[in-house]
Amino acid sequence: MSTPTLAELLIVACAEAWRGAGEIVATGVGPVPRLAASLAKSSHTPELLMTDGEAFLVEEPVPIGPRDYAHGRGTGYLPFSRFFDAAVWTGRRHAMVTPTQIDRFGQTNLSCLGGTYDHPKVQMLGARGFPGNSIHHPNSMFIPAHSPRVFVDGEVDMVSSVGYNPARRTPGANFGNVDLRLIVTDLCVMDFGGTDHAVRVVSLHPGVTLDQVRAATGFALETATEIATTPLPDEDELAIIARLDPHNIRGGILKGNPSAMREAAQ
Amino acid sequence: MDKTLDLRELKGRLRSGMTIGIGGWGPRRKPMALVREILRSDLEDLTVVTYGGPDAGMLCAAGKVRKLIFGFVSLDAIPLEPYFRKAREAGSLDILELDEGMLQWGLKAAAMRLPFLPTRVGLGTDVMTHGGFETVTSPYGDHEVLLAMPALKLDAALIHVQRADRWGNIQAFGPDFYYDEWFARAATETFVSAEEVVDRIEIGDAGAARANFVERMFVTGVIPAPCGAHPTSMPPDYGWDMEHLRGYVASAGEQGGWDRYVSETIGDDEAGYLDRIGGKSRVAALPLPIF
Repeated sequence: MSTPTLAELLIVACAEAWRGAGEIVATGVGPVPRLAASLAKSSHTPELLMTDGEAFLVEEPVPIGPRDYAHGRGTGYLPFSRFFDAAVWTGRRHAMVTPTQIDRFGQTNLSCLGGTYDHPKVQMLGARGFPGNSIHHPNSMFIPAHSPRVFVDGEVDMVSSVGYNPARRTPGANFGNVDLRLIVTDLCVMDFGGTDHAVRVVSLHPGVTLDQVRAATGFALETATEIATTPLPDEDELAIIARLDPHNIRGGILKGNPSAMREAAQ
Repeated sequence: MDKTLDLRELKGRLRSGMTIGIGGWGPRRKPMALVREILRSDLEDLTVVTYGGPDAGMLCAAGKVRKLIFGFVSLDAIPLEPYFRKAREAGSLDILELDEGMLQWGLKAAAMRLPFLPTRVGLGTDVMTHGGFETVTSPYGDHEVLLAMPALKLDAALIHVQRADRWGNIQAFGPDFYYDEWFARAATETFVSAEEVVDRIEIGDAGAARANFVERMFVTGVIPAPCGAHPTSMPPDYGWDMEHLRGYVASAGEQGGWDRYVSETIGDDEAGYLDRIGGKSRVAALPLPIF
């Protein structure tokens, strides 16, 4: 067996977000989260619901990249409107997304950066579905380049998704469904199991030190009692990933497509 | 009853200062022929409500937009819409930024003739802070505090479909109708462009009847517009035109790029536009995007 790539390790780590999640819709936005959701359904959590990336529910996860265009392969129908009605507002979904900024409360930003809100320095997509997703169902995040520009000091510039910031809690409102699970980055896996839901490191990828992660994070990080090493993919997982990504799109996601074993790569 | 309109007649049916909702989603099934007709008009001071794609960008670039009400603006495969960004980064655009679901909720409130609908969506975020939203308290035992999403009442909605008839029956054959039915119900008047307008859609195909996603009583006018979604996608007929969209995006980085796009591409009418983009046969051959 050749050494797995870091991208493959990240896909396996991200797939853990959906382990044992039950009959909910798994949504991964972007190649790594989508391959991870597909891997979860194809291995440990077959009861997950998934779409073909468009409007149809499928029981066989659809590979990413160029392929024959075929409608009607679905076993169910979940167009945009029903997505809100059935999956988002009922809480029967767990999404993994890649925001531009994350703060220590797990609040994220996808809207705009810098300047003022009326005159931002950099305009991005807008809030998209983040406000609704974050107040209604579990969410996780994938960050391909862990840096203090992503994990910012203070609050994110425009709070697009709800986190655990007590100052943002409208009195009398129901924030009971806010449920942030994992953050997988190119350096480590984090969760929200620290003091008052603080972000904490739970595993480091092979060859990564805690000091490296701290230097790449703009806020103070807590750690789990014991920090594990993120597991390497096994052969079965690698075979499933290869089948779901026949054009090796995963090989172009991280600069230089590094090995999962950083020491071995140096 | 004949609701058929010529594309040029649309301009006479719209007025400056209107609130106009635009159907479709990002770079998908946008009524671009209708948007181009607005670009060719002297309409201005518009409030535009959209799940934004090049419609939002072009209307911003042309200075037609007083206020943009949006959940996002994106070209999908090209994530960031360049002219929307330019308008925002110039500080020149009045906006109401919404969650995607809130936008739908506002249209539904308008459709149901309610002042607002309650939701948890937006609470705890800067969508609440910047949008100036108010809360309501549940009158029931839970006394939950909820965001009151105001109705997004539209003066006009613009939609693009495959087929329409003179009665205002419409059919869209792609996999998703997005929120077009709610744009139509939220609007005083709805103008639908169609790849093909026929005298009467024939009876007898239940599958095709299900492609008529909004009752014709909400359809004010139907307008023939072959390739009317271009450069956005119109499944199953044609995909989005990435080459065209890349050129459009590049124009935003060039001196005088927008004016050049208007004069060299949008031009004076749709027949000329179709010629300039390579004709119907080229559009018909655009591959459908793979997700």
